Amino acid sequence: MPNYLEVGSLGKRFAAHGRHAFEDISFSVAKGEFVALIGPSGCGKSTLLHIIAGLSRPTSGHVKLNGSPITGPRADLMFVFQQYTKSIFPWKTVLDNVRLGVKYLPNAERRKLDELCRAQLEHVGLGRYANYHPYQLSGGMQQRVAIARALARRPETLLMDEPFSALDAMMRVELQDLLINLWDELKLTILFVTHDLDEALYLAQRVIVLSASPGRIAEVVSVPLTYPRNQVATRSDPQYLRLRERLYSVMVEQVTAARAAES
Amino acid sequence: MSALIDRWLVQSRASGVVLIAVLLLFWEFSALYLVRTPTWPPVTVIFQAWITNVLDGTLPLHLVATLWRQMLGYGLAIILGVSMGLAMGYYRPLYNLFEPLVEAIRPVPGPAYLPILVLFVGIGHEMKVVLVLVASFFPILLNTFSGVRAIDPVQFDTARTLGLSTLQTFRELVIPAASPQILTGMRISLAISLILAVLGEMIVSNDGLGYFTLLAQRTFRVPEMYAGIFTLAMLGYILNRAFLLVESKLIGWHLESSGRR
Repeated sequence: MPNYLEVGSLGKRFAAHGRHAFEDISFSVAKGEFVALIGPSGCGKSTLLHIIAGLSRPTSGHVKLNGSPITGPRADLMFVFQQYTKSIFPWKTVLDNVRLGVKYLPNAERRKLDELCRAQLEHVGLGRYANYHPYQLSGGMQQRVAIARALARRPETLLMDEPFSALDAMMRVELQDLLINLWDELKLTILFVTHDLDEALYLAQRVIVLSASPGRIAEVVSVPLTYPRNQVATRSDPQYLRLRERLYSVMVEQVTAARAAES
Repeated sequence: MSALIDRWLVQSRASGVVLIAVLLLFWEFSALYLVRTPTWPPVTVIFQAWITNVLDGTLPLHLVATLWRQMLGYGLAIILGVSMGLAMGYYRPLYNLFEPLVEAIRPVPGPAYLPILVLFVGIGHEMKVVLVLVASFFPILLNTFSGVRAIDPVQFDTARTLGLSTLQTFRELVIPAASPQILTGMRISLAISLILAVLGEMIVSNDGLGYFTLLAQRTFRVPEMYAGIFTLAMLGYILNRAFLLVESKLIGWHLESSGRR
Protein backbone atom coordinates (compact mmCIF):
# COMPACT_ATOMS: atom_id res chain seq x y z
CA MET A 1 0.00 0.00 0.00
CA PRO A 2 2.37 2.72 -1.18
CA ASN A 3 -0.14 5.58 -1.14
CA TYR A 4 -1.60 5.30 2.33
CA LEU A 5 -1.65 9.03 2.99
CA GLU A 6 -1.78 11.05 -0.18
CA VAL A 7 -1.36 14.79 -0.49
CA GLY A 8 -2.21 16.08 -3.97
CA SER A 9 -1.28 19.55 -5.29
CA LEU A 10 -2.28 21.08 -2.02
CA GLY A 11 -2.32 24.86 -1.68
CA LYS A 12 -3.38 27.33 0.96
CA ARG A 13 -3.92 31.03 0.43
CA PHE A 14 -4.72 33.18 3.42
CA ALA A 15 -7.84 35.25 2.90
CA ALA A 16 -6.50 38.01 5.13
CA HIS A 17 -3.55 39.10 2.95
CA GLY A 18 -4.08 37.00 -0.16
CA ARG A 19 -0.61 35.44 0.06
CA HIS A 20 0.07 31.76 -0.35
CA ALA A 21 1.30 29.88 2.70
CA PHE A 22 2.27 27.11 0.29
CA GLU A 23 1.23 25.91 -3.13
CA ASP A 24 1.19 22.77 -5.22
CA ILE A 25 2.49 20.38 -2.61
CA SER A 26 2.24 16.70 -3.50
CA PHE A 27 3.68 13.74 -1.67
CA SER A 28 2.54 10.47 -0.24
CA VAL A 29 3.35 8.49 2.85
CA ALA A 30 3.30 4.69 2.92
CA LYS A 31 1.64 2.84 5.76
CA GLY A 32 4.09 2.40 8.60
CA GLU A 33 6.47 5.01 7.24
CA PHE A 34 8.15 7.67 9.36
CA VAL A 35 8.38 10.92 7.39
CA ALA A 36 9.74 14.23 8.59
CA LEU A 37 8.75 17.55 7.10
CA ILE A 38 11.20 20.40 7.55
CA GLY A 39 11.41 23.91 6.25
CA PRO A 40 12.31 27.45 7.21
CA SER A 41 9.82 29.29 9.39
CA GLY A 42 6.95 30.77 7.44
CA CYS A 43 6.88 27.99 4.83
CA GLY A 44 3.49 26.89 6.09
CA LYS A 45 4.51 23.46 7.34
CA SER A 46 2.32 23.73 10.41
CA THR A 47 -0.65 24.90 8.31
CA LEU A 48 -0.03 21.97 5.99
CA LEU A 49 -0.19 19.52 8.89
CA HIS A 50 -3.39 21.13 10.20
CA ILE A 51 -4.98 20.62 6.78
CA ILE A 52 -3.89 16.98 6.65
CA ALA A 53 -5.43 16.52 10.11
CA GLY A 54 -8.74 17.95 8.86
CA LEU A 55 -8.47 20.92 11.22
CA SER A 56 -8.51 23.46 8.41
CA ARG A 57 -9.31 23.45 4.71
CA PRO A 58 -6.97 23.87 1.76
CA THR A 59 -7.74 26.42 -0.96
CA SER A 60 -6.72 23.88 -3.58
CA GLY A 61 -5.79 20.23 -3.84
CA HIS A 62 -6.78 17.27 -1.71
CA VAL A 63 -5.69 14.96 1.08
CA LYS A 64 -6.65 11.30 1.00
CA LEU A 65 -6.23 8.59 3.56
CA ASN A 66 -6.63 5.06 2.27
CA GLY A 67 -8.15 6.51 -0.87
CA SER A 68 -10.91 8.50 0.82
CA PRO A 69 -10.69 12.27 1.23
CA ILE A 70 -10.15 13.76 4.70
CA THR A 71 -12.96 16.14 5.56
CA GLY A 72 -12.50 16.60 9.29
CA PRO A 73 -10.66 15.30 12.35
CA ARG A 74 -10.77 11.52 12.67
CA ALA A 75 -9.78 9.00 15.31
CA ASP A 76 -7.30 7.01 13.22
CA LEU A 77 -5.30 10.17 12.51
CA MET A 78 -4.21 11.87 15.72
CA PHE A 79 -2.55 15.24 16.06
CA VAL A 80 0.11 16.08 18.63
CA PHE A 81 0.51 19.81 19.17
CA GLN A 82 3.66 21.77 19.88
CA GLN A 83 2.03 23.66 22.76
CA TYR A 84 1.53 20.86 25.25
CA THR A 85 0.75 23.33 28.05
CA LYS A 86 -2.41 24.20 26.11
CA SER A 87 -3.33 20.93 24.50
CA ILE A 88 -3.14 19.13 27.85
CA PHE A 89 -5.99 20.54 29.93
CA PRO A 90 -4.57 21.89 33.20
CA TRP A 91 -7.79 21.32 35.17
CA LYS A 92 -7.69 17.58 34.56
CA THR A 93 -5.40 15.01 36.11
CA VAL A 94 -3.03 13.12 33.85
CA LEU A 95 -5.38 10.13 33.75
CA ASP A 96 -8.44 12.29 33.04
CA ASN A 97 -6.58 13.98 30.20
CA VAL A 98 -5.87 10.63 28.60
CA ARG A 99 -9.41 9.46 29.30
CA LEU A 100 -10.79 12.51 27.51
CA GLY A 101 -9.53 10.97 24.29
CA VAL A 102 -11.75 7.92 24.62
CA LYS A 103 -14.59 8.57 27.07
CA TYR A 104 -17.02 9.76 24.42
CA LEU A 105 -16.34 6.97 21.98
CA PRO A 106 -19.43 4.83 21.37
CA ASN A 107 -19.87 1.86 23.75
CA ALA A 108 -17.08 3.05 25.99
CA GLU A 109 -17.08 1.15 29.26
CA ARG A 110 -15.62 3.08 32.15
CA ARG A 111 -13.67 0.25 33.77
CA LYS A 112 -12.10 -0.90 30.53
CA LEU A 113 -11.27 2.67 29.57
CA ASP A 114 -9.39 3.20 32.80
CA GLU A 115 -7.32 0.10 32.11
CA LEU A 116 -6.69 1.21 28.54
CA CYS A 117 -5.65 4.71 29.64
CA ARG A 118 -3.38 3.44 32.39
CA ALA A 119 -1.76 1.11 29.87
CA GLN A 120 -1.06 4.08 27.58
CA LEU A 121 0.51 5.97 30.48
CA GLU A 122 2.72 2.96 31.21
CA HIS A 123 3.68 2.99 27.56
CA VAL A 124 5.07 6.50 27.74
CA GLY A 125 6.62 5.95 31.17
CA LEU A 126 4.09 7.91 33.22
CA GLY A 127 2.38 5.04 35.06
CA ARG A 128 3.16 6.57 38.44
CA TYR A 129 1.78 9.98 37.56
CA ALA A 130 -1.84 9.13 36.74
CA ASN A 131 -3.26 11.30 39.51
CA TYR A 132 -0.92 14.28 39.09
CA HIS A 133 -1.99 17.54 37.56
CA PRO A 134 -0.07 18.79 34.50
CA TYR A 135 1.49 21.74 36.33
CA GLN A 136 3.21 19.25 38.63
CA LEU A 137 5.01 17.68 35.66
CA SER A 138 7.97 18.76 33.54
CA GLY A 139 7.45 19.82 29.93
CA GLY A 140 8.67 16.48 28.63
CA MET A 141 6.24 14.62 30.83
CA GLN A 142 3.37 16.85 29.73
CA GLN A 143 4.10 16.10 26.09
CA ARG A 144 4.14 12.39 27.00
CA VAL A 145 0.62 12.82 28.37
CA ALA A 146 -0.43 14.27 25.02
CA ILE A 147 1.13 11.32 23.21
CA ALA A 148 -0.55 8.84 25.57
CA ARG A 149 -3.89 10.55 24.97
CA ALA A 150 -3.42 10.30 21.21
CA LEU A 151 -2.43 6.63 21.47
CA ALA A 152 -5.47 5.81 23.59
CA ARG A 153 -7.61 6.43 20.51
CA ARG A 154 -5.69 3.66 18.75
CA PRO A 155 -4.66 5.76 15.77
CA GLU A 156 -2.81 4.36 12.79
CA THR A 157 -1.17 7.67 12.06
CA LEU A 158 0.34 10.39 14.21
CA LEU A 159 0.65 13.92 12.86
CA MET A 160 3.15 15.75 15.03
CA ASP A 161 3.64 19.51 14.86
CA GLU A 162 7.07 20.36 16.27
CA PRO A 163 6.16 18.36 19.37
CA PHE A 164 9.60 18.56 20.99
CA SER A 165 10.72 22.03 20.00
CA ALA A 166 9.72 23.62 23.33
CA LEU A 167 11.67 21.04 25.34
CA ASP A 168 15.24 21.26 26.56
CA ALA A 169 17.91 19.14 24.85
CA MET A 170 17.91 16.29 27.37
CA MET A 171 14.18 15.77 27.28
CA ARG A 172 14.08 16.10 23.53
CA VAL A 173 16.56 13.29 23.17
CA GLU A 174 14.56 11.09 25.53
CA LEU A 175 11.31 11.72 23.74
CA GLN A 176 12.86 11.13 20.32
CA ASP A 177 13.90 7.65 21.41
CA LEU A 178 10.53 7.03 23.03
CA LEU A 179 8.81 8.01 19.79
CA ILE A 180 10.95 5.70 17.67
CA ASN A 181 10.13 2.85 20.06
CA LEU A 182 6.39 3.57 19.91
CA TRP A 183 6.49 3.82 16.13
CA ASP A 184 8.25 0.48 15.88
CA GLU A 185 6.16 -1.30 18.49
CA LEU A 186 2.72 -0.04 17.42
CA LYS A 187 3.46 -0.02 13.68
CA LEU A 188 2.44 3.62 13.46
CA THR A 189 2.64 5.89 10.46
CA ILE A 190 4.18 9.21 11.48
CA LEU A 191 4.36 12.55 9.75
CA PHE A 192 6.60 14.74 11.87
CA VAL A 193 6.98 18.49 11.32
CA THR A 194 10.10 20.12 12.70
CA HIS A 195 12.46 22.97 11.96
CA ASP A 196 15.32 20.98 13.44
CA LEU A 197 17.26 19.28 10.69
CA ASP A 198 19.07 16.92 13.06
CA GLU A 199 15.82 15.83 14.63
CA ALA A 200 14.34 15.10 11.21
CA LEU A 201 17.36 13.03 10.16
CA TYR A 202 17.58 11.15 13.44
CA LEU A 203 13.92 10.15 13.49
CA ALA A 204 12.72 9.67 9.96
CA GLN A 205 13.09 7.30 7.04
CA ARG A 206 12.47 10.13 4.64
CA VAL A 207 12.81 13.89 4.99
CA ILE A 208 10.78 16.31 2.90
CA VAL A 209 12.28 19.79 2.72
CA LEU A 210 9.96 22.69 1.98
CA SER A 211 11.11 25.95 0.44
CA ALA A 212 10.56 29.31 2.06
CA SER A 213 7.34 31.26 1.61
CA PRO A 214 5.36 30.31 -0.38
CA GLY A 215 6.26 26.75 0.55
CA ARG A 216 6.93 24.20 -2.15
CA ILE A 217 8.72 20.89 -1.98
CA ALA A 218 12.38 21.71 -2.45
CA GLU A 219 13.90 18.29 -1.88
CA VAL A 220 13.09 14.80 -0.69
CA VAL A 221 15.87 12.88 1.01
CA SER A 222 15.74 9.20 1.97
CA VAL A 223 17.49 8.30 5.18
CA PRO A 224 18.78 4.76 4.83
CA LEU A 225 20.11 4.58 8.41
CA THR A 226 19.07 1.45 10.31
CA TYR A 227 16.88 1.31 13.41
CA PRO A 228 17.24 1.21 16.37
CA ARG A 229 19.09 4.47 16.13
CA ASN A 230 21.45 5.67 18.75
CA GLN A 231 21.83 9.26 19.85
CA VAL A 232 25.63 9.07 19.80
CA ALA A 233 26.47 6.43 17.20
CA THR A 234 23.84 7.44 14.62
CA ARG A 235 24.63 11.11 14.86
CA SER A 236 28.31 10.47 14.17
CA ASP A 237 27.77 7.92 11.40
CA PRO A 238 29.49 9.13 8.19
CA GLN A 239 26.31 8.50 6.20
CA TYR A 240 24.34 10.63 8.67
CA LEU A 241 26.90 13.40 8.37
CA ARG A 242 26.77 13.32 4.57
CA LEU A 243 22.97 13.55 4.62
CA ARG A 244 23.15 16.32 7.14
CA GLU A 245 25.49 18.30 4.93
CA ARG A 246 23.19 17.87 1.98
CA LEU A 247 20.07 18.86 3.91
CA TYR A 248 21.89 21.75 5.44
CA SER A 249 22.93 23.17 2.08
CA VAL A 250 19.36 22.82 0.77
CA MET A 251 18.09 24.71 3.82
CA VAL A 252 20.67 27.45 3.46
CA GLU A 253 19.77 27.78 -0.23
CA GLN A 254 16.11 28.16 0.68
CA VAL A 255 16.75 30.76 3.34
CA THR A 256 19.06 32.75 1.04
CA ALA A 257 16.52 32.61 -1.77
CA ALA A 258 13.81 33.83 0.60
CA ARG A 259 15.99 36.74 1.71
CA ALA A 260 16.68 37.69 -1.89
CA ALA A 261 12.99 37.53 -2.74
CA GLU A 262 12.15 39.82 0.16
CA SER A 263 14.66 42.54 -0.63
CA MET B 1 14.54 43.89 69.70
CA SER B 2 13.67 45.78 66.53
CA ALA B 3 14.93 42.82 64.48
CA LEU B 4 12.50 40.65 66.41
CA ILE B 5 9.60 42.99 65.65
CA ASP B 6 10.62 43.12 61.99
CA ARG B 7 10.52 39.37 61.77
CA TRP B 8 7.14 39.19 63.48
CA LEU B 9 5.71 41.78 61.08
CA VAL B 10 7.02 39.90 58.06
CA GLN B 11 6.28 36.33 59.04
CA SER B 12 3.05 36.51 60.99
CA ARG B 13 -0.30 37.94 60.02
CA ALA B 14 -1.19 38.46 63.68
CA SER B 15 -0.18 42.12 63.50
CA GLY B 16 -3.33 42.91 61.54
CA VAL B 17 -5.53 41.40 64.24
CA VAL B 18 -3.62 43.27 66.92
CA LEU B 19 -4.16 46.53 65.05
CA ILE B 20 -7.93 45.96 65.00
CA ALA B 21 -7.90 45.22 68.75
CA VAL B 22 -5.87 48.37 69.43
CA LEU B 23 -8.26 50.52 67.36
CA LEU B 24 -11.27 49.08 69.17
CA LEU B 25 -9.57 49.80 72.51
CA PHE B 26 -8.84 53.32 71.38
CA TRP B 27 -12.48 53.73 70.29
CA GLU B 28 -13.66 52.55 73.70
CA PHE B 29 -11.24 54.84 75.50
CA SER B 30 -12.03 57.89 73.33
CA ALA B 31 -15.78 57.40 73.72
CA LEU B 32 -15.47 57.08 77.49
CA TYR B 33 -13.02 59.92 78.14
CA LEU B 34 -12.31 62.09 75.09
CA VAL B 35 -15.38 62.56 72.85
CA ARG B 36 -18.33 62.16 75.14
CA THR B 37 -21.22 62.49 72.73
CA PRO B 38 -24.21 60.22 72.02
CA THR B 39 -23.10 59.90 68.37
CA TRP B 40 -19.91 58.13 69.46
CA PRO B 41 -20.93 55.38 71.90
CA PRO B 42 -18.31 53.09 73.45
CA VAL B 43 -17.74 49.73 71.79
CA THR B 44 -19.02 47.91 74.86
CA VAL B 45 -22.37 49.73 74.63
CA ILE B 46 -22.62 48.89 70.92
CA PHE B 47 -21.82 45.27 71.72
CA GLN B 48 -24.55 45.21 74.37
CA ALA B 49 -27.03 46.61 71.88
CA TRP B 50 -25.91 44.00 69.36
CA ILE B 51 -26.38 41.14 71.87
CA THR B 52 -29.82 42.41 72.87
CA ASN B 53 -30.93 42.67 69.25
CA VAL B 54 -29.51 39.27 68.39
CA LEU B 55 -31.18 37.57 71.36
CA ASP B 56 -34.62 39.11 70.83
CA GLY B 57 -34.50 37.96 67.21
CA THR B 58 -34.52 41.42 65.64
CA LEU B 59 -31.10 41.29 63.96
CA PRO B 60 -31.41 37.65 62.80
CA LEU B 61 -34.74 38.55 61.17
CA HIS B 62 -33.28 41.51 59.32
CA LEU B 63 -30.15 39.54 58.44
CA VAL B 64 -32.22 36.79 56.85
CA ALA B 65 -34.28 39.36 54.93
CA THR B 66 -31.14 40.99 53.52
CA LEU B 67 -29.42 37.70 52.78
CA TRP B 68 -32.50 36.31 51.03
CA ARG B 69 -32.98 39.17 48.60
CA GLN B 70 -29.24 39.46 48.03
CA MET B 71 -28.83 35.77 47.27
CA LEU B 72 -31.92 35.66 45.08
CA GLY B 73 -30.73 38.58 42.95
CA TYR B 74 -27.14 37.33 42.93
CA GLY B 75 -28.15 33.77 42.08
CA LEU B 76 -30.27 34.95 39.15
CA ALA B 77 -27.41 37.18 38.01
CA ILE B 78 -25.08 34.16 38.02
CA ILE B 79 -27.51 32.02 36.02
CA LEU B 80 -28.18 34.75 33.45
CA GLY B 81 -24.67 36.20 33.36
CA VAL B 82 -22.87 32.89 32.98
CA SER B 83 -25.21 31.41 30.39
CA MET B 84 -25.34 34.55 28.28
CA GLY B 85 -21.61 35.10 28.73
CA LEU B 86 -20.83 31.56 27.56
CA ALA B 87 -23.00 32.02 24.48
CA MET B 88 -21.51 35.43 23.67
CA GLY B 89 -17.96 34.22 24.21
CA TYR B 90 -18.40 31.13 22.07
CA TYR B 91 -20.49 32.42 19.17
CA ARG B 92 -18.83 35.31 17.43
CA PRO B 93 -22.09 36.66 15.87
CA LEU B 94 -23.72 36.93 19.30
CA TYR B 95 -20.66 38.75 20.60
CA ASN B 96 -20.69 41.20 17.69
CA LEU B 97 -24.40 41.77 18.18
CA PHE B 98 -24.49 42.32 21.93
CA GLU B 99 -21.06 43.54 22.99
CA PRO B 100 -21.60 47.21 21.99
CA LEU B 101 -24.93 47.20 23.83
CA VAL B 102 -23.29 45.76 26.93
CA GLU B 103 -20.56 48.39 26.74
CA ALA B 104 -23.21 51.09 26.47
CA ILE B 105 -25.26 49.95 29.45
CA ARG B 106 -22.46 48.78 31.70
CA PRO B 107 -21.16 52.22 32.81
CA VAL B 108 -24.52 53.03 34.44
CA PRO B 109 -23.87 52.81 38.20
CA GLY B 110 -26.06 50.21 39.88
CA PRO B 111 -27.97 52.67 42.11
CA ALA B 112 -29.05 54.65 39.02
CA TYR B 113 -31.38 51.80 38.07
CA LEU B 114 -33.35 52.38 41.24
CA PRO B 115 -35.70 55.14 40.03
CA ILE B 116 -36.56 53.15 36.90
CA LEU B 117 -37.17 50.01 38.90
CA VAL B 118 -39.47 51.84 41.32
CA LEU B 119 -41.55 52.89 38.32
CA PHE B 120 -41.70 49.44 36.81
CA VAL B 121 -41.42 46.97 39.67
CA GLY B 122 -42.72 49.04 42.59
CA ILE B 123 -41.13 49.45 45.98
CA GLY B 124 -41.49 45.93 47.35
CA HIS B 125 -39.19 42.98 47.74
CA GLU B 126 -39.05 42.38 43.97
CA MET B 127 -37.57 45.82 43.33
CA LYS B 128 -34.60 45.09 45.58
CA VAL B 129 -34.06 41.66 44.05
CA VAL B 130 -34.09 43.10 40.54
CA LEU B 131 -31.78 45.94 41.62
CA VAL B 132 -29.27 43.40 42.95
CA LEU B 133 -29.73 41.28 39.83
CA VAL B 134 -29.11 44.11 37.36
CA ALA B 135 -26.05 45.44 39.16
CA SER B 136 -24.43 42.02 39.72
CA PHE B 137 -25.20 40.81 36.22
CA PHE B 138 -22.66 42.85 34.25
CA PRO B 139 -19.40 41.88 35.97
CA ILE B 140 -20.38 38.21 35.65
CA LEU B 141 -21.38 38.57 32.01
CA LEU B 142 -18.24 40.49 31.06
CA ASN B 143 -15.85 38.18 32.83
CA THR B 144 -17.56 35.11 31.44
CA PHE B 145 -17.41 36.15 27.81
CA SER B 146 -13.88 37.47 28.02
CA GLY B 147 -12.86 34.26 29.80
CA VAL B 148 -14.30 32.19 26.96
CA ARG B 149 -12.77 34.41 24.29
CA ALA B 150 -9.35 34.05 25.91
CA ILE B 151 -9.35 30.28 25.37
CA ASP B 152 -6.42 29.35 23.14
CA PRO B 153 -7.25 28.10 19.61
CA VAL B 154 -4.96 25.13 20.30
CA GLN B 155 -7.38 24.02 22.99
CA PHE B 156 -10.31 24.15 20.59
CA ASP B 157 -8.25 22.26 18.00
CA THR B 158 -7.46 19.69 20.67
CA ALA B 159 -11.17 19.25 21.40
CA ARG B 160 -11.79 18.79 17.67
CA THR B 161 -9.04 16.20 17.20
CA LEU B 162 -10.56 14.30 20.12
CA GLY B 163 -13.91 14.37 18.33
CA LEU B 164 -15.81 16.28 21.02
CA SER B 165 -19.28 17.58 20.14
CA THR B 166 -20.24 21.18 20.93
CA LEU B 167 -21.91 20.15 24.16
CA GLN B 168 -18.93 18.03 25.17
CA THR B 169 -16.59 20.89 24.26
CA PHE B 170 -18.51 23.19 26.60
CA ARG B 171 -18.38 20.65 29.39
CA GLU B 172 -14.78 19.55 29.00
CA LEU B 173 -13.13 22.74 27.76
CA VAL B 174 -15.10 26.00 27.65
CA ILE B 175 -16.56 26.01 31.15
CA PRO B 176 -13.48 24.76 33.02
CA ALA B 177 -11.10 26.96 31.01
CA ALA B 178 -13.20 30.07 31.64
CA SER B 179 -13.99 29.22 35.25
CA PRO B 180 -11.17 31.25 36.85
CA GLN B 181 -12.45 34.37 35.16
CA ILE B 182 -16.11 33.49 35.72
CA LEU B 183 -15.32 33.19 39.42
CA THR B 184 -13.53 36.54 39.38
CA GLY B 185 -16.70 38.13 38.03
CA MET B 186 -18.81 36.31 40.59
CA ARG B 187 -16.59 37.58 43.38
CA ILE B 188 -16.84 41.19 42.24
CA SER B 189 -20.60 40.80 41.97
CA LEU B 190 -20.89 39.25 45.42
CA ALA B 191 -19.66 42.50 46.98
CA ILE B 192 -21.87 44.56 44.66
CA SER B 193 -24.93 42.47 45.50
CA LEU B 194 -24.62 43.21 49.22
CA ILE B 195 -24.15 46.92 48.57
CA LEU B 196 -27.23 47.11 46.37
CA ALA B 197 -29.38 45.00 48.68
CA VAL B 198 -28.59 47.33 51.60
CA LEU B 199 -29.04 50.41 49.47
CA GLY B 200 -32.45 49.24 48.31
CA GLU B 201 -33.43 48.59 51.91
CA MET B 202 -32.33 52.05 52.93
CA ILE B 203 -34.44 53.70 50.24
CA VAL B 204 -37.71 51.83 50.77
CA SER B 205 -38.24 48.80 52.91
CA ASN B 206 -39.66 47.53 56.14
CA ASP B 207 -37.05 44.91 56.88
CA GLY B 208 -33.41 44.08 56.23
CA LEU B 209 -30.15 45.29 57.72
CA GLY B 210 -30.17 48.48 55.62
CA TYR B 211 -33.62 49.32 56.95
CA PHE B 212 -32.60 48.44 60.52
CA THR B 213 -29.46 50.59 60.40
CA LEU B 214 -31.11 53.62 58.86
CA LEU B 215 -34.13 53.42 61.13
CA ALA B 216 -31.83 53.26 64.18
CA GLN B 217 -30.07 56.39 62.98
CA ARG B 218 -33.34 58.25 62.32
CA THR B 219 -34.73 57.33 65.73
CA PHE B 220 -31.42 58.21 67.33
CA ARG B 221 -30.71 54.73 68.67
CA VAL B 222 -27.05 55.21 67.86
CA PRO B 223 -25.65 51.97 69.42
CA GLU B 224 -28.16 49.98 67.31
CA MET B 225 -27.04 51.85 64.21
CA TYR B 226 -23.43 50.83 64.80
CA ALA B 227 -24.57 47.29 65.65
CA GLY B 228 -26.27 47.13 62.25
CA ILE B 229 -23.12 48.32 60.50
CA PHE B 230 -21.00 45.79 62.39
CA THR B 231 -23.40 43.06 61.38
CA LEU B 232 -23.06 44.10 57.74
CA ALA B 233 -19.29 44.11 58.03
CA MET B 234 -19.35 40.61 59.45
CA LEU B 235 -21.77 39.43 56.80
CA GLY B 236 -19.56 40.81 54.03
CA TYR B 237 -16.50 39.21 55.56
CA ILE B 238 -18.12 35.80 55.99
CA LEU B 239 -19.53 35.82 52.46
CA ASN B 240 -16.12 36.59 51.03
CA ARG B 241 -14.44 33.85 53.06
CA ALA B 242 -17.11 31.37 52.04
CA PHE B 243 -16.59 32.39 48.44
CA LEU B 244 -12.84 31.84 48.64
CA LEU B 245 -13.48 28.40 50.08
CA VAL B 246 -15.79 27.46 47.21
CA GLU B 247 -13.33 28.95 44.72
CA SER B 248 -10.41 26.89 45.99
CA LYS B 249 -12.57 23.75 45.73
CA LEU B 250 -13.59 24.55 42.16
CA ILE B 251 -10.37 25.87 40.64
CA GLY B 252 -7.64 24.53 42.92
CA TRP B 253 -5.71 23.57 39.77
CA HIS B 254 -5.63 27.21 38.67
CA LEU B 255 -4.68 28.67 42.05
CA GLU B 256 -1.89 26.14 42.47
CA SER B 257 -0.47 26.36 38.97
CA SER B 258 -0.48 30.16 39.08
CA GLY B 259 1.16 30.20 42.50
CA ARG B 260 -1.77 31.74 44.37
CA ARG B 261 -1.87 28.86 46.80
